[in-house]
Amino acid sequence: MNFDFSDDQKQLRDQARKFLAEKCPPKAVRAVLDGKAPYDKELWKGLAEMGFLGVAIPEDFGGAGAGHLELCVIAEEMGRANAPVPFSSTVYLVAEALLIAGSDAQKKKWLPAIASGEAIGTLALFEGKGNPSPNNVKLAAANGVLNGVKKPVADGAIADFAVVAARTGSSGRDGDISLFIVDLKDGGVEVKGLTNLDPTRGQAEITFKDCKAEPLGAAGEGWSILTQVLDRAAVLCAFEQVGGSDRALEMGRDYALDRIAFGRQIGSFQAVKHMLADMYVSATLARSNSYYGAWALSTNAAELPEAAAAARISATQAFQHCAKNNIQVHGGMGFTWEFDCHMYYRRANAMALGLGSLSYWEDQLIDRMRKKNAA
Amino acid sequence: MNFDDTPQEAAFRETARKWIEANAPKEFLAELSKSSLGRIRLANHDIVDVGKAWQKKKAEGNWACLHWPKEYGGRGATPIERVIWQQEEGVYGKLTQPFQIGEGMCGPTVMAFGSEDAKRRHLPRLAAGEEIWCQLFSEPSAGSDVAGLRTRAEKKGDNWVVNGQKIWTSGAHYSDYGLLIARTDPNVPKHKGLTMFFLDMRSPGVEVRPIKQANGMQEFNEVYFTDVVIPDSQRLGAIGEGWSVSLTTLMNERMSIGSRLATGVPEMFEFCSNLMLEDGLAIDDPAVRSKLASWAVKSSGLKYTSYRAISALSKGDRPGPENSIGKLVSGMMLQDIATYAMDLQGAAGVLTGSDEETVQGQFQQMLLSSPSMRIAGGTDEILRNIIAERVLGLPGDIRVDKDVPYNKIPTKGR
Repeated sequence: MNFDFSDDQKQLRDQARKFLAEKCPPKAVRAVLDGKAPYDKELWKGLAEMGFLGVAIPEDFGGAGAGHLELCVIAEEMGRANAPVPFSSTVYLVAEALLIAGSDAQKKKWLPAIASGEAIGTLALFEGKGNPSPNNVKLAAANGVLNGVKKPVADGAIADFAVVAARTGSSGRDGDISLFIVDLKDGGVEVKGLTNLDPTRGQAEITFKDCKAEPLGAAGEGWSILTQVLDRAAVLCAFEQVGGSDRALEMGRDYALDRIAFGRQIGSFQAVKHMLADMYVSATLARSNSYYGAWALSTNAAELPEAAAAARISATQAFQHCAKNNIQVHGGMGFTWEFDCHMYYRRANAMALGLGSLSYWEDQLIDRMRKKNAA
Repeated sequence: MNFDDTPQEAAFRETARKWIEANAPKEFLAELSKSSLGRIRLANHDIVDVGKAWQKKKAEGNWACLHWPKEYGGRGATPIERVIWQQEEGVYGKLTQPFQIGEGMCGPTVMAFGSEDAKRRHLPRLAAGEEIWCQLFSEPSAGSDVAGLRTRAEKKGDNWVVNGQKIWTSGAHYSDYGLLIARTDPNVPKHKGLTMFFLDMRSPGVEVRPIKQANGMQEFNEVYFTDVVIPDSQRLGAIGEGWSVSLTTLMNERMSIGSRLATGVPEMFEFCSNLMLEDGLAIDDPAVRSKLASWAVKSSGLKYTSYRAISALSKGDRPGPENSIGKLVSGMMLQDIATYAMDLQGAAGVLTGSDEETVQGQFQQMLLSSPSMRIAGGTDEILRNIIAERVLGLPGDIRVDKDVPYNKIPTKGR
């Protein structure tokens, strides 16, 4: 059994960690947090130069042609650094959607632009409250144009193009949904930035008015493609969450070693030690579930739907748990804007909702486990 | 990243599988497969007798204690081969329960500190199931603080005379030998005055009394020592070095990975899939699904954590400390699952008989037994301390009795 990343993949992880430690220190995250820029452009350029944006994109389409395991180790480091860039929208969601369903021409047009950092992509799925569901997609597509409103759209205000889920039928079934690609610079859209929990990752409302759109994948296949895309993204996001969990745990541990109260390190009190031990347990379970997700993703295994849901749930819980208790370990200082704790707290809780909420994925997991048990 | 055996491992697995196929006591397969959650009972046979027969057969085929050296009854197998064997042995592994303390803790301690004579005399018999060993560490006033133990061993010529009491000794009533830690010098700080021995459990002055547990069962014992004589040749390690010898024992136990702990999740999933509530099946209820999903990912998280450890073994690395989380997670989970299953049963949940509403009382039994999972082999709190100190590098507890001579340590709070 070799249920671990290879030495080359671990080396890539080290390389990514070193790069991000240098190019994405907390100060860089804060610049976006404080609204000085919508995202870190320099970092985005650097990620492209390192080949990280296109690591899982085939060489034919301008990528490095490595694979999903390589993307997983990079994702972990992106989460650890809390990177303020549209990585998940562009790489986990849009590039994967193109790889699954794009025509050769679409792949040729967009994938090299993603890999080189020239094009930021986003998935426009949600329409207000609610979780991923074909019933929640009202935006209409007819005669090659889209009409409707999407929100929240992650990184919508900085995206160059969008993959949009639209309604093309009214049978009440999954087949009512189709996907489209929209070049957001071509007009027909109105983009409005929205304030949100985690300002290091922007959210927007996009209004489509007779907006020209090109089909992505066959008509009526939209929901089936989206389900696959969300499963892949769930695994990749889980690695970001694992990286974030580990960082939050380390911050709490370091502070507990440093801070003196009652004449001793606060990390010598069992109340604090046990809190940190429990964070370690959560982070370890999340890492192990995510490794299984990575295996399923990289081999395109039949187990992917179940593995993705398990990784998503476990990593969401771990990041939320570690981020909130990191603040608790820090005490009052943890509640200041000046300390970095809240950046992870914000990211953890925003990420918990991005691909559908925890309860949505819990629901998915049980359905998928039942399906497996019945088979 | 893959789950495949190396060619060598695959060949080993094939050999093991064939041997098990030809030799396992298949007549017990159905019963063994049914009894999950730790409690093994065979309708018409004593589990110890059946276990001894299986252990004997394994020893004859060179499959007993397979990570031990050949000259002491083992196979000289690698750690990963041991894991593969455990996977292949499957439910028949439950029959090894009476021997686990001997194989996992007592045997390795004798191997590390025993005389050549003791090793050759006892280890092959231990491996073959001819000797069952128990571990005599805990005492009524020394549980988590095991170094605070009181049982005294005093030197009389070439012998030691032991007086005192041990507790929570699994299997003492059917054990042939015991690994005993006792205080040989009360005038020095507690960790420094201990010495390790082994003794014949049938020695005069040894009295084993079963403990009736909170769940109504009797699996543990108290063991009393009244002027029990142990020859000095049965001392393991130097006088006063008992504490460090005991750490070897405990470390060996932690190395035994791959043994899967019961989590209660498969039972709960099945229960919820069949239970009809007022509005439909329990598994269709959002609240039930949410809890079930959270437990399921803990259970899968533990499974894949052990796979990561096995992978480390396969590469010849030592598994990391992440294995220490298994009992901590599964103990609490068993208790939570039992409580919630009974909640779903409503008023009938109070019944513990073979009532249909409560699926033969399996969750009620789980509820009553689960507290021991959170205590035995290191309480949840001790495990959290271990993770905090050895994994995260946080400071050890301030120990007020560390440098105080043992006989000056207060014994009551007031």
